[in-house]
Amino acid sequence: MPEPSSLKLFLTAAAARTYPRVAWLFRSRTWMIQETILPVLAVSAFAYAYTAMGAPHEYTGFVVLGAAMTTFWMNVLWGLGAQLYWERDSGNLELYVMSPAPMMGVLTGMALGGMTTTLVRAAAITVSGVLLFDVPIDPTSWGLLALVFVLTLAALYGLGMMFASLFLLWGREAWHVVNLLQEPIYLLSGTNFPVAVLPRAVAVVATAIPLTAGMDAMRQVLFRAPGLFDVWAEVGLLAGLAAVFLVAAQRSLRYLERRAKDQGKLTVRWQ
Amino acid sequence: MPPMDDPTPAAIRTEALSRTYARPRRRRWWGRKPAGDEPAEFVALDGVSLSVRPGELFGLLGPNGAGKTTLIKILTTLLAPSAGSAFVDGLDVVTEADAIRPRINMVSGGESSGYGILNVRENLWLFARIYGVPTAVAHERIDKMLEVVGLTDKAKSRVTHLSTGQRQKMNFCRGFITDPKILFLDEPTLGLDVTSARAIRAFVRQWMKERPDRTLLLTTHYMAEADELCDRVAIIDKGRVLACDTPANLKRRVQQYPLYELTLAPGANGWADLEALPGVHQATATTTPTTVELKVSLSEEPAIGAVVQALATGGGRILSLKKSEPTLEDVFIELVGHGLGSEEKG
Repeated sequence: MPEPSSLKLFLTAAAARTYPRVAWLFRSRTWMIQETILPVLAVSAFAYAYTAMGAPHEYTGFVVLGAAMTTFWMNVLWGLGAQLYWERDSGNLELYVMSPAPMMGVLTGMALGGMTTTLVRAAAITVSGVLLFDVPIDPTSWGLLALVFVLTLAALYGLGMMFASLFLLWGREAWHVVNLLQEPIYLLSGTNFPVAVLPRAVAVVATAIPLTAGMDAMRQVLFRAPGLFDVWAEVGLLAGLAAVFLVAAQRSLRYLERRAKDQGKLTVRWQ
Repeated sequence: MPPMDDPTPAAIRTEALSRTYARPRRRRWWGRKPAGDEPAEFVALDGVSLSVRPGELFGLLGPNGAGKTTLIKILTTLLAPSAGSAFVDGLDVVTEADAIRPRINMVSGGESSGYGILNVRENLWLFARIYGVPTAVAHERIDKMLEVVGLTDKAKSRVTHLSTGQRQKMNFCRGFITDPKILFLDEPTLGLDVTSARAIRAFVRQWMKERPDRTLLLTTHYMAEADELCDRVAIIDKGRVLACDTPANLKRRVQQYPLYELTLAPGANGWADLEALPGVHQATATTTPTTVELKVSLSEEPAIGAVVQALATGGGRILSLKKSEPTLEDVFIELVGHGLGSEEKG
């Protein structure tokens, strides 16, 4: 049998590794209920707070969007970031490394799988939030909204793929990093409020986080609200971040493999 | 690269291959390393030189911690050597790892790989796809392999619902569905029941016969398995290869002369003079209340005829006669100084 090309192997590996996550989606429905209801409860708390304060109605929409997008961030941190570490502990990593499939293809599959399951969760949160709180949706362009969303996910998951390699090298220390990153990112990305209310310098620095730029752009498009920068500038920024993170992920993967082979860390578990 | 005068490159070749691991040392909070007598490095492989021919079923025997798995990890491109070189199918494991990977696969007896949420067939399909095996071909091979290991009825069972042995059989199948040119089996029958282990050994033999260019490197704790399957065996201990030869030649090392065991009816005479016969190296007897147990080692094997005749002439009645063959375990004990079992207990 002729050997498949590198591109074909990349695609088949990505599709194959996406499969377990998609199968999980259909076989673990109870998790879906839990992970949809709890974020909607959190949204409710903020929605009632904004209503009580007499805040503009679109603020409820900000919170719903924030809750939906946060699920992607959580998936990137706890799912994708820890993925290689988990794969090593379950004995799969060495099988992937030993195979002819490019590791970037395997990691892309992990990202696509996580993205697929989280997309369903985020959609459920959005639909529930919009229906429960009568969120006004009047996008300037559905196409632009889709573009911003796709670029945000590309940048976020590119970052996650980079984390995945680094977390494997850091071992248990990585969990502390995950905890350290979680709350500051909630704050800096403006999960529950428009990021423009942050001091300008802080807000500008925070746009290096894909979630911040992505949510700010989506809020501008969806609710016609003022944002930090022009939407197209944020589109450019997100595309740049996606490219930088994906290239960084590829390089860190190569570095990880070389270093892990030198140190014997590819197959040593429970570090 | 292999020498230019070698017309057929070895399927696996290592030259003075060494691997050391840094011992983890806990730093004190003020940053100074605690003083210790232990060396900072642990030597897992120490100058191993081996050559496995294409088409050969090669065995690695050694106690726990001997370096077998380290050697396999290096050959499967998962671990970098500290010194020396290793080639698989003529390709350098360090600089040509990408070219080696489509040609190899590995199964470890104790591995826990796979996804619990997927069923057996889906898991095997996934690992076939990352080698680029088309889905239709993968399913055909999966069906065949599941039948070999007796897991056909579990094809749709989730991996979380499998027993340890069934999971091991699934992983055994994983190694073959990519049709590797060179396969590494690390303790493939560890913990399997007798029937399954026998089926697996039979399949391994048949798989090797199907295509003469296939090569298999096997590590096992079971001496009989190595004896039964392997064309050649290397005995490895503390990172060094102590011996490497065919099982028959290895056994000849510990038993220089053919040994015959005879059981005689009580009251037999004539055995005391056996050592005087030409071709007889040594004869020892143990008398029990019901028999005389005689051990005769021969410097020339045909002398067994003269031995039988001498005993018969002396009025001895031979109840049984058998040729005593040394086992690989005898070889192992001779070379390593203890059996695998005693090492494990230790």
